[in-house]
Amino acid sequence: MTATIDTGLFGPYGGRYVPEALIAALDELAKMHQELKNDRSFVAELSHLHKTYSGRPSILTEANRFADYCGGARILLKREDLNHTGSHKINNVLGQALMTKRMGKKRVIAETGAGQHGVASATAAALLGLECVVYMGEEDTKRQALNVARMRLLGATVVPVTAGSRTLKDAINEAMRDWVTNVETTHYILGTVAGPHPFPVMVRDFHRIIGDEARAQVLELTGALPTAVLACVGGGSNAIGIFYPFIDEKSVRLIGLEAGGDGLETGRHASAISGGRPGVLHGARSYMLQDEDGQTIESHSISAGLDYPGVGPEHAHLYDIGRAEYWPITDKEAMEAFSLLCRTEGIIPAIETAHALAGAIKLGKELGPNSTLLINLSGRGDKDVQTAAEYFGMA
Amino acid sequence: MQTSLERVLHQARGENRAALIGYIPAGFPTVEGCKRAIDVLIDSGFDAVEIGYPYSDPVMDGPIIQEAADQALRNGVKAKDVLGTLHHATERGAAAVVMTYWNPIEQFGVDKFAHAIAQAGGSGVITPDLSFEQAQPWNQSAARAGINTIYVVAPSTTDDRLRKVTGITSGFIYAASLMGVTGTRTSVSNSAQELVARIRQVSDLPVAVGLGVSTPEQAREVATYADGVIIGSALIKELLGKDLDKGLVGLEELALSLAAATRSANRESPGVSGAKEARGVK
Ligand SMILES: Cc1ncc(COP(=O)(O)O)c(C=O)c1O
Repeated sequence: MTATIDTGLFGPYGGRYVPEALIAALDELAKMHQELKNDRSFVAELSHLHKTYSGRPSILTEANRFADYCGGARILLKREDLNHTGSHKINNVLGQALMTKRMGKKRVIAETGAGQHGVASATAAALLGLECVVYMGEEDTKRQALNVARMRLLGATVVPVTAGSRTLKDAINEAMRDWVTNVETTHYILGTVAGPHPFPVMVRDFHRIIGDEARAQVLELTGALPTAVLACVGGGSNAIGIFYPFIDEKSVRLIGLEAGGDGLETGRHASAISGGRPGVLHGARSYMLQDEDGQTIESHSISAGLDYPGVGPEHAHLYDIGRAEYWPITDKEAMEAFSLLCRTEGIIPAIETAHALAGAIKLGKELGPNSTLLINLSGRGDKDVQTAAEYFGMA
Repeated sequence: MQTSLERVLHQARGENRAALIGYIPAGFPTVEGCKRAIDVLIDSGFDAVEIGYPYSDPVMDGPIIQEAADQALRNGVKAKDVLGTLHHATERGAAAVVMTYWNPIEQFGVDKFAHAIAQAGGSGVITPDLSFEQAQPWNQSAARAGINTIYVVAPSTTDDRLRKVTGITSGFIYAASLMGVTGTRTSVSNSAQELVARIRQVSDLPVAVGLGVSTPEQAREVATYADGVIIGSALIKELLGKDLDKGLVGLEELALSLAAATRSANRESPGVSGAKEARGVK
């Protein structure tokens, strides 16, 4: 599924729909990505950080008690929640921060929804001595106050964005504006597999380590490939990371779980693929939520990290060619799965991740005991404790 | 056949002056208010107008145009209003184009949009986020409809790429004066003049400079070396948060002084000699 190197197209999706001012920087980035992919010292440096800093490889946990609620299917959790900073986001950030150093830039900017990507960016910036500015929708700064404090403790500047819906999409707009203005000194660490080429390819390459490790771990544990791989989909980075090494294994079902919010029928959701249609947003063509004129429609989800009206272009393509499925999971279904994992396994997942768990409950019931479901446990739920406590009336 | 825009730019060159081009989003401050603002610009001596298509995610715009576009969208502006506003401007005899982010064109239908622009008397479309690599379908549709395809180049655009982008451009080349988003600035960056000089090396199309040109002094300065001066945020600022009638008075005052300043610019020689003048539509 490798996109063409120069244009970054996945079928009719991807590409570059950006101000001309950014083209030179995107060209430099694409070239750098191609070179560093096979650069021994870069690969070694990144791999050293994975081992000694973020704690890779992340472990595989078999969830036996949770499996009882999944029709007896075997449930394997890829524990990205155990990474330093608490989610998969660090994989991409360390890669891009190292690239920033090599480009001789001293300042990084990032957008964040749940705050996980912002925290990871602030962390990598602290580690590598880079200045860091994080754009975050004002609405999200309230939902994810803990992560705002974390970023500030790490020395980053957090800029609340008050434009538009005051969530992730508006934070991306503001980060793009900063980048257009400061591109000579600044690298934009985009946090998911969306945006203009080369971001969808580059971010995927930094996350495929999730799938590479998991594939070997599942084979070692069970002696076979999993029946299905499941992951939640906001922009789609944790999902593409775990899907990627399985794309050519046609026997393995790939299922992305989108945020269904109050339900697709209500129009209040964030399911770009299940509930949207192709268009251009944030520099690339993909599925998105939009009205008949092409104006972006605001998304809705209890999960800040999935509350985004677009999705990465590679997912759009995988969907169109029938290689991956995308299901909507409502807030309610996600919160039930959240609670279930807490009580059966002693793991508090991120609410984003809970969407993948809800998908596993559905699929497990469909497939039964002879199936093995590999789930990307993309993040931990510390940041969501307040939201969850309020949701369950415990606050 | 020449578009009205090409004729106007040709004429300005003949008079050895830069053309003055104003930007305003359709539906701002209201659909009717926008039409009145356009009338003011035309009557004050603007040579052409750019009708902005208000968009939900304007990544190239600073706070002023964001606010104006937001207001227009809150007013419920739709594609038909953008086309209606364009029609209003061309009926008044002005050369007019639409400036829009790409997605509204794609959702309207690429061919259909090009034809709708032509039907409304529009001369072309400025597409600031349509990269060269993705431009082909639009160029084909625009050519069929007989309208100009105006692309933006930036100080960071390499010479090699300048050649490519200007090669698919018609009407004029939009030179972004600086690395940044739209908005008012206290001075015009030096990079604007350098960029115009680099464009002259590869193309004989008229070059208009925009982004941050706000005051009569800045307009005069740009008019000494460019074929067009584009003013956006400064015009909108006159109307933002103001009673319409009062705002239009301020707008007229600014528009008149911008027109006078642009016409009084000291140009050393005609921009480019007659033989190399504006190309026809491809
Ligand atoms: C834990 C977690 N999972 C998933 C996501 C969604 O992003 P993506 O779809 O890019 O993996 C986020 C985003 O903030 C997150 O924090």
